[in-house]
Amino acid sequence: MTKRLLHLFVLALLVAAGGRSSSAADADAAPPRRIVSLVPAVTQMLYAIGAGPRLVAVSNYDREPPEVAQLARVGGLLDPDTERILALRPDLVIVYQAQHELEQRLTQAHIRYFEYAHKDLANVSSTLRALGDVLGTRAGAERVATGIEAKLRAIAARVAGLPRPRVLLVISRDPQSLRNIYADGGYGFLHDMIAIAGGREIFDDVKRENVQPSTELILARRPEVIIELRYGGAVTRPDDLAPWQALPSLPAVRNHRVYELVGDVFVDAGPHVAEATEQFARTIHPEAFK
Amino acid sequence: MLTIGGFGAVAVAACLLAPLVGSTRISLVHAFSRTTPFADNVDAQIFFLARMPRILAAALVGASLAIAGAVFQALLRNPLASPDTLGVSGGAALGAMIAITFHLDVSLFGVPAIPIASFAGSIGALAIVYLLATARRRGLSSMTLLLAGVALNAFFSALVLFVQYFADFAETFRSVRWLMGSLDVAGYTPIVAVIPLLALSAAGFATLPRALDLLSLGGDAAAVRGVDVRRTERIALLSASLATGASVSIAGPIAFVGIIVPHLVRLIVGADHRLVLPASALAGAALLVGCDVAARTLFSPLEIPVGVITAFVGAPFFLYLLMRRS
Repeated sequence: MTKRLLHLFVLALLVAAGGRSSSAADADAAPPRRIVSLVPAVTQMLYAIGAGPRLVAVSNYDREPPEVAQLARVGGLLDPDTERILALRPDLVIVYQAQHELEQRLTQAHIRYFEYAHKDLANVSSTLRALGDVLGTRAGAERVATGIEAKLRAIAARVAGLPRPRVLLVISRDPQSLRNIYADGGYGFLHDMIAIAGGREIFDDVKRENVQPSTELILARRPEVIIELRYGGAVTRPDDLAPWQALPSLPAVRNHRVYELVGDVFVDAGPHVAEATEQFARTIHPEAFK
Repeated sequence: MLTIGGFGAVAVAACLLAPLVGSTRISLVHAFSRTTPFADNVDAQIFFLARMPRILAAALVGASLAIAGAVFQALLRNPLASPDTLGVSGGAALGAMIAITFHLDVSLFGVPAIPIASFAGSIGALAIVYLLATARRRGLSSMTLLLAGVALNAFFSALVLFVQYFADFAETFRSVRWLMGSLDVAGYTPIVAVIPLLALSAAGFATLPRALDLLSLGGDAAAVRGVDVRRTERIALLSASLATGASVSIAGPIAFVGIIVPHLVRLIVGADHRLVLPASALAGAALLVGCDVAARTLFSPLEIPVGVITAFVGAPFFLYLLMRRS
């Protein structure tokens, strides 16, 4: 596993109340030209709406798109390098909603910031549009946002009317055993993606980003499809999914419907959410994509 | 004998009642019915694959920690001694942190890396303490052992923090979770793997009661009465550490069982170790099975880490015992 899991976990812990994407300063200031982004999902959005060249620095965890390799690194959610950020003389900093201290320093330095909150899937297109407003690239942002929405609608249409199997989405667990499972709960972008992909998560009723279910709870909820996520450069092995054989009554195990999906698209609620949703849909409903 | 029977009855009752409750309602009749094949019988699987292994793990871990605590307290002639005192738990935690942070991905006889690493850590800690305590003089000095344990625990905590500093957030989160303890072993493999270790330590414990009684009079007094003090100390240390290491590898560090259970038991049965040791094992088993029931059901479907419950119940209870004594 990699540092990328950070986002899921930290943000799950810090899901702050409210959480609107907003800019601290007045919106009619000149469009920013030197942007620092501490949020990988937003970095990708900036490239998608054509504002990538305006970035001067990104977080330590940014890997996509490949262009970020050239940019300066200024820490992350827990350890933003305030000094370096100020030294880069940005006119806009993309921060997490929980980074209050950094926000205070930026306000003191008269630097605008854009607050990103990690929320549900709809938040992706609303963040894109808000970025478009702040950056003066409204048209580009609108195009990307409507593109994502159209793709998501197409996926939903494709699986419409099909039975919705019970899905267990596993975010992490101990290797070689079924201990310490973190499963996706009934809130957040992953949850929305599974719903659009035609699945019904077994922890729908737990309105949290993730759940640590006991073996008993997994047995009782009888998932028909199990999807395990692996992030970034994770090394997969043929026997990764073998521990599930310990619970043969799970319909997913009995019907050989335990899958492993690899990729950072499942961590960052960025411009690739539609592609990730399609991967879920192809996994849950292969029959719809023949 | 009667009192042991009483403790036994409580432990057995706890083990029999505990599988009846959980986050899900199951039908016992269906769980034991032969008409549905096991692979299709969810009630049976919840009973046999989720609940029974947990209760077995809780009973074994509770018994091991309690008896190890009783032995450490007798051996060191110190009421505050517990399985944590000699740095055994600290070493185990360090082992587990290393396995989690650096993604050790080896398994031995089907046992994954984290339990193996934590067991290795606890035995490593014991070896260091033992070498320190025997280095300068013949026999063990209980004071040296205690102080070495305190220092080693602090040293291991520092190393745990150091290792965690290199971990990313997800790994840190997992390791913090490990430190809270969990009995959801999801199958019998982890239990079967530690049975030989527990059997070995039980054999060691069985030889100890008379010698521990005499040792409570002091090492010299015991030696005069024909106790081979060095041998007793070695067997006691090794058995108690094996038991602790095996428990920690199954469940993570679980606080307070090893310290409160022996005190509680001595209040009831007195100081005779022929009674204290088995009664501690039985009471420890009953207590941890009970705490795990609370962990599983209080906030179901969410589950509270069992180590949080034992500390929550244990710490106030320990304070109560202290106040009563003084």
